[in-house]
Amino acid sequence: MQFWIIQGLNSLSLGGLLFLLSSGFSLIFGLMRLANLTHGAFFMLGTYLAATALRSFDGLNIWTTAIGAGFVVAALGGLFERLVLTRLKANPLGQVLVTLGMSFIISDACLMIWGGDSIPVPTPQNLQTPTRLFGFVFPTYRLVLVGLAVLVAVSLYFLIECTRLGAMIRAGVDDRQMARAVGIPVSRLFTIVFCLGTGIAGAAGVLGGPILSAYPGLDADMLPLALIVVILGGIGSLLGAFVGSFVIGFIYTFGTALFPELAYIILFLPMIVVIAFRPQGLFGRVGA
Amino acid sequence: MKWIAAVLIGGSLLLPPFFAGDFYINLASQILIAAIFALSLNLLVGFGGMTSLGHASYLGVAAYISALLTSRYGFDHGAAALISILGTTAMAAFFGVIALRASGLGFLMITLALSQVLWGLAYRMSNVTNGDNGITGLTRPAPFGFSLESPVAFYWFVLIVSTIAFLMMTTFVTSAFGSSLKGVRDQPRRMAALGFNPWLIRWITFVYAGLWGAVAGLLYVYYHKYIHPSSLSTTSSAEALLGVIAGGSGTLGGPAVGAALVLLLKNYASAYIERWNMLLGLVFLFIVLVMPAGIVPGFSRLMAGLRGENR
Repeated sequence: MQFWIIQGLNSLSLGGLLFLLSSGFSLIFGLMRLANLTHGAFFMLGTYLAATALRSFDGLNIWTTAIGAGFVVAALGGLFERLVLTRLKANPLGQVLVTLGMSFIISDACLMIWGGDSIPVPTPQNLQTPTRLFGFVFPTYRLVLVGLAVLVAVSLYFLIECTRLGAMIRAGVDDRQMARAVGIPVSRLFTIVFCLGTGIAGAAGVLGGPILSAYPGLDADMLPLALIVVILGGIGSLLGAFVGSFVIGFIYTFGTALFPELAYIILFLPMIVVIAFRPQGLFGRVGA
Repeated sequence: MKWIAAVLIGGSLLLPPFFAGDFYINLASQILIAAIFALSLNLLVGFGGMTSLGHASYLGVAAYISALLTSRYGFDHGAAALISILGTTAMAAFFGVIALRASGLGFLMITLALSQVLWGLAYRMSNVTNGDNGITGLTRPAPFGFSLESPVAFYWFVLIVSTIAFLMMTTFVTSAFGSSLKGVRDQPRRMAALGFNPWLIRWITFVYAGLWGAVAGLLYVYYHKYIHPSSLSTTSSAEALLGVIAGGSGTLGGPAVGAALVLLLKNYASAYIERWNMLLGLVFLFIVLVMPAGIVPGFSRLMAGLRGENR
């Protein structure tokens, strides 16, 4: 029983992390029709920044670090979008290729700066004592992480559905030409959404640090999980990213615990089933 | 003009064994292998309009199957090669069914996800694949009793295989089927209206590209006598894709030139700096931003301009 509950919680926390990663990916894809393959690298950059910041400065806690790293990564993303991606507006394939090139540059830069050994990110001290709930012991940090992911999901939902910015984003997703015609600054919207998406990825990297720790190849481990989540949930759908993240979180965690060798194959199966019956994903729209 | 160029290039491929040292002959073998691989990817990217970021799957899986069968299960090279090519092609047939449910960026993401899963498997299933250590101590085959151990002998072997590969792939795209493939790339709806089956045409191309990817993988493992999960990585797929795009996707010889350039760059750069991935990323940015049509089309436009032709 203890095994199932602990693994269940681990699944939830991985799902939460995956949601933080894939929601940004999905937002960017939905608006810009751009598969941002740099997303895993931005996540990893966040983790490395956290590893350094939390060791070098005593006053920092993980939450302020997450916000700070989020802004740093968002700024980097915004720069990349303005300087490179806008030049390739009419060339979606070219855009994907430069995001891939950028991911190589970032991950190699991380290897150059931080070296090849894995660097642990400390768990916040006030969350190190486990929580007792219904007679079971839970790692507190993971519980908080799940709550945080839900909080971000709700905020993103309100941002998209209830604010002026969200209305403009939805208009841009539905009909870019028409949105432009009625005076929505679609190009600026692109930059905002790209910054938002990459910023969340950077912050997610920080928050994932205590669980995953920073190591070279973290980006290559996380990107396929994010891809599978959005393929499963439907590209561009926030709800799809949410459901897909927790499905993949469960499958991956239990797969690794029960059949360690086959975890990667088990990861395949939901994706294959969904693609076979609903190629647009669980919550994706046809033609999206 | 085209024929003269083809004869010149073909002729120059015969020369290395007669005057070049072992280092350059080995380099030439590697270039030919990379060229087959890039040409097979070009069937998808250039002629089919299907940009795959998972082509290293076929190279890596074919190499792993051959390596495992010969080193661990005592198969002889002929049987291992056959099983490896058939097995990899079957995998391509299966992956094609999955990936071709989507098109465009969806296709790209599915191929990338599938290849990343294989890469993860190669790393994690260490009791089968030996994980990060890779499989060492492999041998080269000796077809009809000819040993391929010397660089020159191996070069001739690779040259023969790559000539066959080049001719077969050229025939594929210049045939009537190739025309229908280009039709499906440019106007899928009109082709469907004309009674063609776009899905089937794409799928056959996908499987055929997987087959030649597997051949490249066999040559790759014969050359290195060693296989490591990194041959399945995104970097490996991306190098081939860069070769295709740099050389000019959708041209017959361009990707081979592009692959040669990428390989030379990798060899020379790694003699001076360790940061190959970063350089690869920078070259990607450069090519996409500055030479989106590729080097070969760019060069031929230049030549046409010099001869005073208007284009």
